[in-house]
Amino acid sequence: MNLLNLLRISWKAISRNKLRASLTMLGIIIGVAAVIAMVAIGQGSKQSIQSQIAAMGSNMIVIRPVSNVTGGARLDNTTVQTLTEADVNALRKKAQYITAVSPSVSARGQVINGPYNWTTTVQGISPEYLSIRGWSLQDGVPFNEQNMKAGAKVCLAGQTVIQNLFPDRENVIGKSIRFKHIPFKIIGILSKKGENTFGQDQDDIILTPITTVQKRILPTIYYQLIFASAISENATAQAMSEIEKIMRASHRLQPGIDDDFSIRSQAELINAFSSTGRILTILLAVIAGISLVVGGIGIMNIMYVSVTERTKEIGLRMSIGARGTDILLQFLIEAILISISGGIIGVGLGFLITKLVGVFLHWPTLVTQSSVILSFLVCFLTGVFFGYYPALKASRLDPIDALRYE
Amino acid sequence: MANVIVDIKNLMRLFKMGEETIHALDGVSFSINQSEFLTIMGSSGSGKTTLLNIMGCLDRPTSGRYILDGTDISSFSKTELARFRNKKLGFVFQTYNLLARTSALENVELPLLYNPAISSKKRKELASEALDAVKLSDRMYHFPNQLSGGQQQRVAIARAIVNDPVMILADEATGNLDSKTSYEIMALFQELNETKGKTIAFVTHEVDIASFSKRTIQLRDGKIIKDEPNKNVRNAREVLQNMKVTAVP
Repeated sequence: MNLLNLLRISWKAISRNKLRASLTMLGIIIGVAAVIAMVAIGQGSKQSIQSQIAAMGSNMIVIRPVSNVTGGARLDNTTVQTLTEADVNALRKKAQYITAVSPSVSARGQVINGPYNWTTTVQGISPEYLSIRGWSLQDGVPFNEQNMKAGAKVCLAGQTVIQNLFPDRENVIGKSIRFKHIPFKIIGILSKKGENTFGQDQDDIILTPITTVQKRILPTIYYQLIFASAISENATAQAMSEIEKIMRASHRLQPGIDDDFSIRSQAELINAFSSTGRILTILLAVIAGISLVVGGIGIMNIMYVSVTERTKEIGLRMSIGARGTDILLQFLIEAILISISGGIIGVGLGFLITKLVGVFLHWPTLVTQSSVILSFLVCFLTGVFFGYYPALKASRLDPIDALRYE
Repeated sequence: MANVIVDIKNLMRLFKMGEETIHALDGVSFSINQSEFLTIMGSSGSGKTTLLNIMGCLDRPTSGRYILDGTDISSFSKTELARFRNKKLGFVFQTYNLLARTSALENVELPLLYNPAISSKKRKELASEALDAVKLSDRMYHFPNQLSGGQQQRVAIARAIVNDPVMILADEATGNLDSKTSYEIMALFQELNETKGKTIAFVTHEVDIASFSKRTIQLRDGKIIKDEPNKNVRNAREVLQNMKVTAVP
């Protein structure tokens, strides 16, 4: 048996009926293009959510105060006074699964530079905050421990703030801006971070030493939030339970009493959104997969018709020496050639649709290698599966009957 | 003694139709020597098609012996029969059976495609030689629908001889052609028989056509009732010439 010859025979048989072959292919083309495009859209949205959340600091853990008083007037979580310096010190000393801890206190108000003013948030933090958030400086230097001790009037300004207070953006480092009559010297400019998943502008911020906010802006000894960074994304769960243990000890909470704080991690958020994305991807892939199956049934249908229509041809081929296997392989190869060619065109069309969706709808898309390989494999199997029975039927024809078929 | 191509002994072929058993062939014996041109005649139901199917290795006898070119094929499997057909036999059918939208050359190449021993270059070569032998070298790249009936049958004959078979089997090969074209085809068969020494077994029910062959076997109800050499074999080319003369006025 010569596979090359059979390939040649099948190819000629297909090219003898181009219109029918291309119509059969159409089902597969649409199926594959749908799979590629749908999965690309699903994966794209999943990835964009993941990267946005990861940009906020993928190992980040946030500790918030929680009012555990039931009954009476319940306080807003941000004004509950439970997070203290002792908690931060305990975490720094005892925790093994976290690399950095930073408390945070924020105040909102107007900042002024000469004729320009802007309303923004001043967030007091410790120097570790930048590494927890995975944030870098575009220019200048971060503040140090000495600034922390002194409650120094220095700050790091976000891009949005700079844009609004220094329209010409020249020589920003070293300039002073006033917040509630206090002059702050800009020692660094934060790099651009963009909007977070919830549409907040993360660059609309001024970072200062926490001591400065606590002493000079809103006299308080409590923290509104504590940020921590787990040693790795996988260690987030251990880090969280460790933090809970240390915090309960630090707050002297008896067993059975609820936590007066809550711990949330980015990983949880990522998982929540990822699973939504995953469900979306699966749903889209299933819908697209159905159209691929329909395309496969189209192949089977046409191949059956083709075998009946070409009975005489099959009889002739057998009479001049084609064996049953040769006929089986010929029809099988025809089906596979149609489905594979449909697959190639379908992948191309899928890429095109994906591009168009990206350009015109501005949806995030991502064509994954696995979806291309998978749909190709499915195409091949579709050809084999739906081509086999018609081919078998053809190979079992009796040459005498087939030759006499009208 | 000449080389024996076909040796058939007491061939039986039974078909069961419900309760009844039909004796399509009922003890047929004969042999064919190399370079014979033989006609098998008989009315429908006489068993001539069944005999041709068995001779063409498309069917197996119920009992009896069939030796083709020195090989007993009575016990061959379907696959072995297919391979044997590919190498030893050439078929010419009443309806030509050419592949549509396929050039004459590719149609002739077809049997060789199922023989892996032949390279694609050799295949082209043999196919154009075969087309040359049927005088169609100038129509090599024509599709069947661009050829007349006679030309199509000549392509089919080229396809039957391209694998250099030991015997050509023709089943009513002139049945779809007018008499002039039929004579042209018969002239071609006679030429292949005489100049190339091809063994030809020709099934027909037309006495007129049978008279071009050298020997006639007559079948009736599955039995041979007559097997004798033709006394005055007509020459198809001469008949054609005479036709032209009478056609002029």
